[in-house]
Amino acid sequence: MRRGVLLPGALLGLGTVVVAILAVRFGSSPFSNAQFLELLSGGGSEWDRYVLWEIRVPRMLMGILVGGGLALAGAVFQALLRNPLAEPYILGISGGAAAGAVGVLALGLASVTSWFLPAAAFGGALIAIALVFGVASSADRRLDVRVLLLSGVVVGAFFSACIALILALSDAPTMREAILWMMGSLSGASWRTVAIVAAYTLPAALLLLTLARSLNVMAIGEETASYLGTEVEQTKRVAYGVASLIAAAGVAFSGVIGFVGLVVPHTVRLLTGPDHRTLLPLSFVAGAGFLVLADLGARTLLSPTEIPIGVITAFVGVPFFLILLRRSLRA
Amino acid sequence: MKLSATSVTARYPGQSVPALDGVSMEVPSGTLYAVLGPNGSGKSTLMKAMLGTVPLVSGAIAIDGRPLGEWTRKELARKVGAVGQQEAVAFPITVRELVAMGRYPHLGPLRPVRPEDRRAIDAALERCDAIRLADREVGTLSGGEFQRVRVARALAQEPRALILDEPTASLDIRHEMEILRLLRRSADEGITVLLITHHLNLAARFADRLLLMSCGQVAAEGSAEEVLVEETLERVYGWPVSVRADPETGTPRITPKS
Repeated sequence: MRRGVLLPGALLGLGTVVVAILAVRFGSSPFSNAQFLELLSGGGSEWDRYVLWEIRVPRMLMGILVGGGLALAGAVFQALLRNPLAEPYILGISGGAAAGAVGVLALGLASVTSWFLPAAAFGGALIAIALVFGVASSADRRLDVRVLLLSGVVVGAFFSACIALILALSDAPTMREAILWMMGSLSGASWRTVAIVAAYTLPAALLLLTLARSLNVMAIGEETASYLGTEVEQTKRVAYGVASLIAAAGVAFSGVIGFVGLVVPHTVRLLTGPDHRTLLPLSFVAGAGFLVLADLGARTLLSPTEIPIGVITAFVGVPFFLILLRRSLRA
Repeated sequence: MKLSATSVTARYPGQSVPALDGVSMEVPSGTLYAVLGPNGSGKSTLMKAMLGTVPLVSGAIAIDGRPLGEWTRKELARKVGAVGQQEAVAFPITVRELVAMGRYPHLGPLRPVRPEDRRAIDAALERCDAIRLADREVGTLSGGEFQRVRVARALAQEPRALILDEPTASLDIRHEMEILRLLRRSADEGITVLLITHHLNLAARFADRLLLMSCGQVAAEGSAEEVLVEETLERVYGWPVSVRADPETGTPRITPKS
């Protein structure tokens, strides 16, 4: 292999572990080192134990699942579309998923901790995919990725409007809730929602890992991929579906968090190369660390005010997107 | 390995005129078989039909005597290597990594690369004179180098047949000759080579048999002397030509008249 994978991989893993520990130690009221060690060994006050085990740890785990899932989904979409700008948020898939979740919540069909919520979000994501690809492929029979991204952004904007409307019409409309869905937040995480997201995300992630070799071949072009023995249409259907499901599961409980799927796979690709057998697992690990870190920033930077996590990922992701866009327009 | 097409008709969605209209072709084992014809005459469609990426309206294709429909994509890719007309690499990747993808049909989703895979990759790089390119980024290659690397990837599949769509388009004479000699040698070693090309003179010189296409149909088939006839070429290409034996090689040489 051209670049060393072991060292960057180990560093990414270690970084994520360190970030995860920091994320449960710090917060609007950080523990002291002594307090933290005492809590970890089972001591401490009941309130502190509650803050650690019922608030911060589930929230950190949610960050790992959602961040890892979004980064993994981004890496998969990029391979399928052969474009580093593809990502669940930019493609409008996260927006569709959020609208699906908000829709069933407003209709009273599901509660905010329902096992069914990710399925509803997945439905919304599939509608978004159908719209985005429908618009992009009606322009030309050959799919132009720039048109695809443009229609993704527009479809995403449409779903944002839908969410705002649904929340405005629902019983207890609060602007905070709308911001939660449109800019994302991990604040609602509990052991129950973590378990639900894990149940959707982890098997789906394992399935995507088995597609790594096919994605390597797909990334060099569909025609070549089929000459090399890939069932192109079948691989596309499975990969789009499963990656969307992962994105939807995260969105269902933490709203729309953009750009994780853009920043993370790109960085990992720079570090360890384009082989999806390393890119996919390391994107998951790095995405987990990235989102947990972003959430730590969201909670502590302007404490006691909590910044929506999507604001932080956008502040990092937008410059990234612009640089990549400039480069791909020049090429 | 024999390749054959029997009365193959194929039509692209939304097109009234079929891209292939009753094309029959027999490519015997271990021959270099050239498919010629003007732009839009159906050469590339014939290649795609042989590889099963264009649906047929009617007719039949057989690879190694077995109907194409009975092959899975993976089985086919273990026996037939193909190089399409164009390809753009979206992410930075090295030559060795690209050639290694030729092993894809031989590997399961999780099975690690075996020594025999490495040997096949090295052998393919060697044959295409691309060993010294192995660690280069594909994006930095010249057109000729990239084509050699794509042929190397097809050879890394260890195929019994190769199908190539204008592999020498936009190459200078040296790179063109290198690829043709490589294909000739492959055919001599028993690999069936189906070569789509615009180069009548080179096809006359290197190919065992030629097929000339016109408007989705077969205009002529046979040896270079049988196919490359002035009247046929003028009718198919719509341009006056003269055909003379090349003093250097003895094979027909086509010169378009001005």
